Amino acid sequence: MMSEILTSISARKTMRDVFIDQLYERMHEEKKLFFLSADFGSPALDKLRKKFKDRFINVGIAEQNLINVATGLAKEGFDVYAYAIAPFLTMRAYEQIRVNLALFSQLETVNVNLIGVGAGISYDVAGPTHHCLEDIAIMRVLPNMILFSPSDWVQAKKFVDYTIQVKKPKYIRFDGKPLPHIYDEAGPVDFSDGFSELREGKKICLISTGYMTHVALKIAEQIEPAIGLIDVFMLNSIDEKKLFSAIKKYDVLITMEEGFVNKGGMDSLVAYILDDNCASPVLRRIGFPEKYIFSVGNRDFLYQLNGIGEEAVMELIQGYI
Amino acid sequence: MNEKLIQFLKNKVKWIREETLKIHKIAPDTRIASCLSDIEIFAVLYYGKLLKFNPKNPKWDNRDRFIVSKGHGGVSLYPVLADLGYFGKNELNNVCRNGSRFGSIPDSMVEGFETINGSLGQGLGVGCGMALGLKRKKSKSYVFVLVGDGELYEGSNWEAIMFAAHHQLDNLILIVDNNKIAMLDYCKNIINLKPLENKFKAFNWKAKVVNGHHVEKVYHALNEFKKDKGGRPKVLIADTKKGKGVPGLENNSLCHVMSLKPEEVDRLVAK
Repeated sequence: MMSEILTSISARKTMRDVFIDQLYERMHEEKKLFFLSADFGSPALDKLRKKFKDRFINVGIAEQNLINVATGLAKEGFDVYAYAIAPFLTMRAYEQIRVNLALFSQLETVNVNLIGVGAGISYDVAGPTHHCLEDIAIMRVLPNMILFSPSDWVQAKKFVDYTIQVKKPKYIRFDGKPLPHIYDEAGPVDFSDGFSELREGKKICLISTGYMTHVALKIAEQIEPAIGLIDVFMLNSIDEKKLFSAIKKYDVLITMEEGFVNKGGMDSLVAYILDDNCASPVLRRIGFPEKYIFSVGNRDFLYQLNGIGEEAVMELIQGYI
Repeated sequence: MNEKLIQFLKNKVKWIREETLKIHKIAPDTRIASCLSDIEIFAVLYYGKLLKFNPKNPKWDNRDRFIVSKGHGGVSLYPVLADLGYFGKNELNNVCRNGSRFGSIPDSMVEGFETINGSLGQGLGVGCGMALGLKRKKSKSYVFVLVGDGELYEGSNWEAIMFAAHHQLDNLILIVDNNKIAMLDYCKNIINLKPLENKFKAFNWKAKVVNGHHVEKVYHALNEFKKDKGGRPKVLIADTKKGKGVPGLENNSLCHVMSLKPEEVDRLVAK
């Protein structure tokens, strides 16, 4: 809760490096962990692939085979990590994910953990092939898939134990940039709830996921009287009752995500929960409009260009205060 | 391989063909032509005991894994598995029936099937993962994968073919049911797959071509492959005829989508 939030400038780290470092530690004891990469790396991965030559394989730039080989290994009892750039992992290999992870795991244990790096527009200047604005929607629609969208590296680190304990297919979407942490490393993260109420407030509540939680936090710190902020990180297995309890007191809900809006992303999840409870607060959705981004620029520039930056959200909030 | 075994396999092939036709009579949604080209392969693997298996414990850890990636063609394995005791023979009457688990494309909810099938081009990659996993576990089990030649159009196969050779998966044996017809036409008119054997050899696989309806030749080729632990994955290109044994169906360019009338089945089975 409030006391656990560290908003001061803290060490910036990439989620992937922290996750892989933690996994590296676990691989010493857990002999069934197997790491596959589609020719994608990270500084932390270098020592893993050197130390565990028998349990690391680079399948090449071949995401379809990445999923299929991961499935075969999982079928032989391994807990598998399949690592690639997020849009290629989820969209090049979508049908392999559907057939061999979503369908198959309804019949058998398939512990394949997809690690996609480059959620949203974290590969900002690389252009639309590297932007990943559809993954939440398309992975949410698959039954049996767990979808983890962390906002910081503390969550990423703590999720390693979950990947070993929960023997189900998962899609883990990591931001590509080094970011400060939001959560306290010594504190708990409740993956069964799937969300965390970072700030309590009155009337207005921001509901965000991934990198957008950093933006939301910055905004919330500037608004008086205090507004609420909820970080949603489990997008397919959230405790809907608890989330509704947390948001029902607010008059205005503003969802914030790096994804297309009105397309089945986190905004749709919130809208569904409201509908299901016959609740009708004002619901505003911050995300990308229905078009691809060909303008080159960094994250702030692209936010401004699409009317979803800090200033735009502040203005939106002021209209409801 | 003695004469007795050869005759035994031939008798089983005849029986499987009849049972498959009978299934088609009650379940006309089954793709009968596709089911008729791979029967000798099933007979040799199971009745020729080239596969290690245990019907009472289908997930027995020491079994050889067999992935029927050409989904529609797996229906002719139903009679074999029933005969061996994976499930009751009465279940053969339930194919495509409401509430049954025996669909026109067999999946792993049926005992004896390893994977989800029907989306072509996925079985070989999964088989690579299993073969790699078995090697890491120091297991002596093999992974057999059956694909159709038309299935090889799926590019994911070639990702797996490169992978298998690089990782020296000599416990992986691929069988291509080379019936030379996809859904709409002869493969030679779609995109010619020839020279298929040389394609595999160029990818550093051991490859052999046999008459896929000749049980003795199929048996010997697969048996030799099992003995060969020389570091290369192996592919048996089994030259077959789609719709084998059914006049009008056999080798018809559109046989994949053709069904037989009940009386035609009766006439064929009575022969």
